[in-house]
Amino acid sequence: MSDAALRRANAEPRWLRHLLLAVGLGFLFIFLLLPLLAVFTEAFSAGWRAYLRALQDDEARSAVGLTLLVAVLVLPLNVCFGVAAAWAITKFDFRGKSLLITLIDLPFAVSPVVVGLVFLLIFGAQGLFGPWLAANGIKIVFALPAIVLVTMFITLPFVARELIPLMEAQGKEEEEAAVSLGAPGWQMFRRVTLPNIRWGLLYGVILANARAMGEFGAVSVVSGHIRGETNTLPLHVEILYNEYNAVGAFASASVLALLALVTLAAKAIVEWRMRRETRMLTANLAAEQN
Amino acid sequence: MRPLFGPAPLLPGFRLALGCALVYLSLLVLLPLSGLAFKASQLTVAEFWAIASGERALASYRVTFGASLLAASINTVFGLIVAWILVRYSFPGKRLIDALVDLPFALPTAVAGITLATLYAGNGWIGRYLEPLGLKIAFAPPGIVVALTFIGLPFVVRTLQPVIEDIEPEVEEAAASLGASRLQTFVRVLWPALLPALVTGFTLAFSRSIGEYGSVIFIAGNMPLISEITPLLIISKLEQYDVVGATALAVVMLIISFVMLFVVNGLQWWAATRHGARAAGGARR
Repeated sequence: MSDAALRRANAEPRWLRHLLLAVGLGFLFIFLLLPLLAVFTEAFSAGWRAYLRALQDDEARSAVGLTLLVAVLVLPLNVCFGVAAAWAITKFDFRGKSLLITLIDLPFAVSPVVVGLVFLLIFGAQGLFGPWLAANGIKIVFALPAIVLVTMFITLPFVARELIPLMEAQGKEEEEAAVSLGAPGWQMFRRVTLPNIRWGLLYGVILANARAMGEFGAVSVVSGHIRGETNTLPLHVEILYNEYNAVGAFASASVLALLALVTLAAKAIVEWRMRRETRMLTANLAAEQN
Repeated sequence: MRPLFGPAPLLPGFRLALGCALVYLSLLVLLPLSGLAFKASQLTVAEFWAIASGERALASYRVTFGASLLAASINTVFGLIVAWILVRYSFPGKRLIDALVDLPFALPTAVAGITLATLYAGNGWIGRYLEPLGLKIAFAPPGIVVALTFIGLPFVVRTLQPVIEDIEPEVEEAAASLGASRLQTFVRVLWPALLPALVTGFTLAFSRSIGEYGSVIFIAGNMPLISEITPLLIISKLEQYDVVGATALAVVMLIISFVMLFVVNGLQWWAATRHGARAAGGARR
């Protein structure tokens, strides 16, 4: 069989190709593009002025502030955990390693509502430490600490999961070379490991940030919905929507949708950089071998 | 703690890194989850069973599992088509569309919920065409399926894409040159290669759907026994200060989560060994 005939036999017939394209793109149009367009259309349905007024509202601004604060508090801890876990898992052998990897995945599998409930059972008024906390005047549930704790739980896997396969693939020769040349541990990490993993790290942080700012279920259980105090932006969206304030709800929702679009763009750029570095690395290797 | 086998490692920081990771994981995940188990252990088995198999609870499992199963199936069919056209065909705007597939991961669930409810409501962009046909989507059980389809969409596509990219064109060409029709090639050659990824993607979408809360509650209508999902039932028990009832249901959901986690791990192992076997076969050839 000739090449052309083979290629023809190897592709779907023209009608099927068009059908698959139409069905696939139609599905994405209905399920992805329409919702995205609807968020912004609804937000601007009463005009620019109403949109801006909704965003300048005191409660909306305090919700944005709280959402940013939670992300700022959670992400550094998440990065430290992710790097530490990935370092231990990928550079050393120890018993129980695969169990540890499964445990890191666990927060993805637990329902956000259950996560919220779990922290309520520990720190709530009827919880394990509830009476002690109340006696000492420490407020965790229905306050910032619980919102931070559930967000830490929910975002726990993101950085570690990005770093583990990356550092596994990179091996440990470079670090071993640095150490045998006398570099102290911290210097080895800063000069060798960090440059190698920076894009993977950034990728994990981008994903964790999107989840931290957007988490709804777990936060809604422990926040208490105190307006102007413990309302994050997603909770603010819910409250306005339930009050039939569609413009206000979608104005705040559009901020979160914008955040999602920025996340997707940043993700695409980082993916592109990672691919380029891998390509350069393989090209260098090939050049060395020749 | 030294690594338990092999020579002493050259690299520093093992104790520090593992110690930090274990402390973080224990304080944040293991201890709180055992708190849930402790609270539940104060119930007798009969009490636990009475709550976990109450009428409203059983109905909520039916709704949650039924809608999740349906949504994951829809995603498996359309996800295969989407992954296929994204890898194999070229069309304008492909890279943009490819990036957009992750939208459900990036868009906060509450935003997805209110948007889908607005779209599928009787006067919404989509609902206004469906309602005259007698199809009520928003504020009815089909709305739950729509929300869960949105949430699960990226899982099947993203699991399948690398697998389709890895299929060597030579394999299909060999089948074609041996006289196989395109359909035969698909059924005999491509399908077995895609199957593990399809099952894995289905399971990931399914297990995410079971616990989903934010996107569903706005569109579901939330009628007890009809369109009430289990996570919402937990919340309404909490709002009635029935902490014990909420705990019992949370334990049921947590057990399901553990089972799903092990199923997913097993599936990934299965996919990897099949993939490995194919790669080894390729190396032998």
